[in-house]
Amino acid sequence: MNPDLFFQYLFAGISYGIIYAIVGVGFNIIYNTTGIINFAQGEFVMLGGMIAFSLLQWMPLPLAIAAAVAVTMVVGALIEIVFIRWLDRPSVLRMIIITIGLSILIREVALHIWGESIRALPYFYGNEITTVSIAGVKVSPQVLWVVGICSVIVGTLNLFFYASPLGREMRACAANRTAATLCGINTNNMVTLSFMLSAGIGALAGCVMSPITYTSYDMGTGLAIKGFTVAILGGLGNSLAAVAAGLLLGIIEAFSISVVPLAFQDAIAITILLIILFVRPHGLFGSKEAASLKEF
Amino acid sequence: MALLEIHRLNKKFGGLHAVNNVSLTVKKGMIKAVIGPNGAGKTTLFNLIAGNLSPSSGSVVFRNHELQGLKPYQVARMGMSRTFQNIKLFSGMTALENVMAGRHVRSRAGFLAGMFNLPHTWREEAGIRQKSMDLMKLLEIEEFAHKESTSLAFGQQRAVEMARALNTEPELLLLDEPAAGLNMKETAELGRLITKIREMGITILLVEHDMSLVMDISDEITVLSFGHKIAEGKPAAIQQNPEVIKIYLGEN
Amino acid sequence: MNTKKNIGVLGLLGLVIMIQLLTHWTGTQYYLTQLTMSAYYSLVILGLCVLMGYAGQISLGHAGFFAIGGYLAAALTTHDLTPYSNTLIIQVLNRCGLLIQGQDIYGDVLLYFNPWVSCILAISAAALTALVTGIPVLKLKGHYLAMATLGFGTIIYRIVLASAFFGEADGISDVPPFTLVSGIPGLPVIEVSGDFSGRVQNYYIAWSMVIAGTLLLLNLIDSRVGRALRSIHGSEETADAMGINTARYKLKTFILSAIFAAAAGVFLTHFNGGIGPSEAGIMKSVRYVAIVAVGGMANIWGALTMGVLLNFLSLRGIFGTYDDAVFGLILILIMLFAPEGILSIRIRQRLRNAFSSSTSEIRGGESS
Ligand SMILES: Nc1ncnc2c1ncn2[C@@H]1O[C@H](COP(=O)(O)OP(=O)(O)OP(=O)(O)O)[C@@H](O)[C@H]1O
Ligand SMILES: [Mg+2]
Repeated sequence: MNPDLFFQYLFAGISYGIIYAIVGVGFNIIYNTTGIINFAQGEFVMLGGMIAFSLLQWMPLPLAIAAAVAVTMVVGALIEIVFIRWLDRPSVLRMIIITIGLSILIREVALHIWGESIRALPYFYGNEITTVSIAGVKVSPQVLWVVGICSVIVGTLNLFFYASPLGREMRACAANRTAATLCGINTNNMVTLSFMLSAGIGALAGCVMSPITYTSYDMGTGLAIKGFTVAILGGLGNSLAAVAAGLLLGIIEAFSISVVPLAFQDAIAITILLIILFVRPHGLFGSKEAASLKEF
Repeated sequence: MALLEIHRLNKKFGGLHAVNNVSLTVKKGMIKAVIGPNGAGKTTLFNLIAGNLSPSSGSVVFRNHELQGLKPYQVARMGMSRTFQNIKLFSGMTALENVMAGRHVRSRAGFLAGMFNLPHTWREEAGIRQKSMDLMKLLEIEEFAHKESTSLAFGQQRAVEMARALNTEPELLLLDEPAAGLNMKETAELGRLITKIREMGITILLVEHDMSLVMDISDEITVLSFGHKIAEGKPAAIQQNPEVIKIYLGEN
Repeated sequence: MNTKKNIGVLGLLGLVIMIQLLTHWTGTQYYLTQLTMSAYYSLVILGLCVLMGYAGQISLGHAGFFAIGGYLAAALTTHDLTPYSNTLIIQVLNRCGLLIQGQDIYGDVLLYFNPWVSCILAISAAALTALVTGIPVLKLKGHYLAMATLGFGTIIYRIVLASAFFGEADGISDVPPFTLVSGIPGLPVIEVSGDFSGRVQNYYIAWSMVIAGTLLLLNLIDSRVGRALRSIHGSEETADAMGINTARYKLKTFILSAIFAAAAGVFLTHFNGGIGPSEAGIMKSVRYVAIVAVGGMANIWGALTMGVLLNFLSLRGIFGTYDDAVFGLILILIMLFAPEGILSIRIRQRLRNAFSSSTSEIRGGESS
């Protein structure tokens, strides 16, 4: 493999991988506060891209993206308030089915608003053939945008969860809901907040990736499976590990193109997911003891 | 060889040594009790014996078979049956169905026989039903047979659980705090029932906090504290044992 | 204790006949096509109902098993074997009468699998897949099980979409009829096909399969195995302690439900004369789950009723372009407001108790 091609694959892998990582982190945020796996996680990414695309008619790109993120966060909050908040200790099966139903609904609404065609936001800088050169390797600047913005997302989230009072309250709520309630934390609001956060980062990721990977109404399920793979790979609930796992998966996928037909690319992630589930359900980086305390 | 022999059994949960080098034998036909303060490791011991947990080290030998690595269902098939401290009935099934499910190991009809409702299954089903009703009569819960099991009163649920365990026709019956939540009269009845079960030829190992019941019915008592076995002997001896007295007085 | 069950099945039979007669008298035979298709889809749902409602295992990949059945049946009966006709295998198969001959438009001889053979191969393949995937997958619970089965479904979808053998995005068409009975004096040729003239016949073929399937599954649920399955659903740990090999029962139920799905796939494909990738899609799997949920999970009759009703409405195009959305909405509403299904046992029991509290002692042993 010549070095040019190698780096092309590598950067493609990194930009996809980062998106998977963000979806995985989105899973983690909600899982950590509620114990729910939100099957509609991938739809947030789709909504971000689509809404920004529509808003672009009326406003400049940065504003459109900001507004898209805000709208998606509202959608996330609404989902929690309308469908989840008032359920009294729902079973896992019930939550799975509800979030799957939600993902279908969001997708169908998107289909009716934006149709089946594939949309894309413009490149943030230049166009599809613009490249910048880093240490002699040519890269699309959008890749840098993706890497940059997603790194900022992950960094800010970590700061938020570990350094801000609100973030600490959310973690307390995750560790023990009853205890957190007793300490006067409004756990319900924390859960709403976790849905907003994970919707927001999903939407933002959906916007930055849109110029490269495009946005289509039905992209959610595939992303959800990959994001989940990444979340599991990193040991459910561990966001930094999810980022590492995301990059790993992205790069594996990118390089697999030279061996596996494109159509089977999805199968790679799923195969990894299945293998991990069977062999190390507590993840590559997670510990078994910690996993045994979690409730699936 | 005794019916159940436990050698130097250990179980660690992370840093917590829940069962620490415990050895124990249960001879055929006896009623043996395991007592000890909360968190002493009694339920953990039961889970190790029944195959729900695998020990960190040590061995459990039942009817001359090493149980190492066997799944709970395999242990159950060897003739060991149990009840749970926090009653675990099959929700969504009637009391009778719960008891009938206990008959599983003593019957055979498989998928195809069931789907095609083959004649030989009719007799088997009738037998299961009859046997289950008999047991429910013995435990005086036959009137609740067709009630949803989890809607029954606490004491009745315990009885259903016991009937279900007995329905496997076990050699050894493990009872985890069968008197919890019962009043004095019910506890006394339970005592008589356990003795009756022993007379049916079933060996009993029980965990119990109710001292009067334990002292009344058991042939031998083992005392656990913080995972260690600290005493073993006849009820009278245990009552006199200074260490046991210390633990129980300390607790109160 | 079996009378109620038998009356139910007889009632179903009566209803099936009555509906056919009604369409005949009112000149609305065109309904029969959709009723036939609904029947086959209901077969998938019946199998899934036992898996989800009784054994308590969710599967978001059952369209995959339907597709394995349908696609294999289609591929084996449409791919010409003459290029391999001098291989030993094909010669032996041909000698045994397992292949059939056809002609292309130029009059050249073509060689295909006999639909019976492809049917058996397709269903066995589905059962084998269920066995192989089920052993690891069924060890998982909750979210993990859901994701793993979703992943399985996606892989099957990708495979049919990407392989030329399965016609890629176009699927497979021109699937020949499946002749069930022929050459018996006094009986007409009975075959599964979308042929206009065979509409009534096919309606009865499909519905006899549903009736037979319902009866088999009702029997199963009433049996020792059914009790074991329900106890696994009630508390897996306790079922285990009662000597029930939970892993094995779950696996067998998984295989059974895969066989139901694959059989439906085979027959519906012959009936439709083809199959396309959407049959393998995740939306189909989710739809099956939705219908089982609406029917009340552990409720064969509920699953059947809802399976026929919702599929029929969907096939009639009642939901228009909102078809998938309707099923998504149904899922959410049911899980939010009636997680036990709208025909839930609890609601029925409440009604029953209200009307007849005195007869409950006499009815004794019934278990459903
Ligand atoms: N699965 C587990 N993981 C971690 N720790 C456990 C687990 N099961 C039990 N423990 C711990 O092991 C210790 C012994 O528990 P166990 O339930 O055996 O006590 P017990 O003697 O039955 O008490 P009680 O009288 O309250 O029933 C306790 O400290 C308990 O918290
Ligand atoms: Mg205990």
